[in-house]
Amino acid sequence: MKIEILGTGCTKCKNLFNAVQEAVKQTNISCEIEKVEDISKIMSYGVMMTPALVINGEVKSAGKVLSVDDIKKMLV
Amino acid sequence: MWKYWENIVDYLVYSLLKLEKNALTSALHFFIYDTVKIFILLSLIIFVVSFLRTYISTEKTRRILGGKNIFLGTILASILGIFTPFCSCSAIPLFIGFVEAGVPLGVTFSFLVASPMINEIAVGLLLSTFGIKIMFFYIVNGMLIAIISGNVIAYLKLEKYVEDFVFKTKVGAGLIEQKWLIKDRIKFAVDYVLDIIKKVWYYILIAIGIGGFMHGYAPAGILSKWVGEGNIFAVPIAVLIGVPLYANAAGVIPIVKELTRLGVQTGTALAFMMAVTALSLPEFIILKKVLKLRLLITYFAIIATGIILVGYLFNIIMK
Repeated sequence: MKIEILGTGCTKCKNLFNAVQEAVKQTNISCEIEKVEDISKIMSYGVMMTPALVINGEVKSAGKVLSVDDIKKMLV
Repeated sequence: MWKYWENIVDYLVYSLLKLEKNALTSALHFFIYDTVKIFILLSLIIFVVSFLRTYISTEKTRRILGGKNIFLGTILASILGIFTPFCSCSAIPLFIGFVEAGVPLGVTFSFLVASPMINEIAVGLLLSTFGIKIMFFYIVNGMLIAIISGNVIAYLKLEKYVEDFVFKTKVGAGLIEQKWLIKDRIKFAVDYVLDIIKKVWYYILIAIGIGGFMHGYAPAGILSKWVGEGNIFAVPIAVLIGVPLYANAAGVIPIVKELTRLGVQTGTALAFMMAVTALSLPEFIILKKVLKLRLLITYFAIIATGIILVGYLFNIIMK
């Protein structure tokens, strides 16, 4: 599984990144987490509101700092 | 309705706690009365706005605004901007996303002006401190500034001052819109209220605290000599002070309300609050990545001029 966090590097993006790491740790799923800060890559997903969460190439959420529980639901 | 609440606070402070009426207890009375009123009305406004927001995604907004005629587009953009949350770090993806989808540059700018200026925190605080009339003036004038800015930028044909890479960026499909049930929408709105209140409550309390002391100790009209009617530069000075106070409508509006009691004119106060929300240094720096300097300066100059004009206009009307 591949998880990408899209965002240009503001606090919200960091908060989402931390929440994802926590969710992955709690669920024990093996996956690759990547932080995407390159604007053209962010745009290639069509995301207009950051931070966004992309799982296996699919945009799951945009413009929201999801809670650890919300992310866990998306992982399983 | 708030008259009852005032009576209750009167009873609490002066009868139940048996405090004498003086500057300090007057400040305490003000603090209790305002805190409850502000938090209730602010929560209510955030709830309503974020509930409606679940009906208007950025993807939908972009579809509605694409290919419209400029004038109609800027009006729609200024309305849709009210319901869209705005964080300056989203300014670039939003800008590219809009331009790529064929939303005209002027319409995109109207949206970029309205979205941060007319936000739920500012509106909620204006309603709870200044009342419904000033809140209404603020919204209408914010929309007017957004519409006029967009049309001026469209008229000046500044497309060539957008950085070239913007037009070359490939934009993907974006978020797949999910089906919302009413209960999901309500849950989203409640979560949003809690989220915002958690983020701003201490700014608001500090601001009300400062306001409370001013209420108790500073006599009405004390500032009018410097920033009242006599000072024709009050409005532009207020706008200049407002620029670095970005994103802190929560900590600013309750204090500004007290400043008007001390003699700052309503138009000056309105201009100041608009500058706080709409003109921000971080956004200026972020937008530099997609706009050439000339367009960036034009954009800020138009908004600043609009805000200053609104300030003067209201100082004349509200005399």
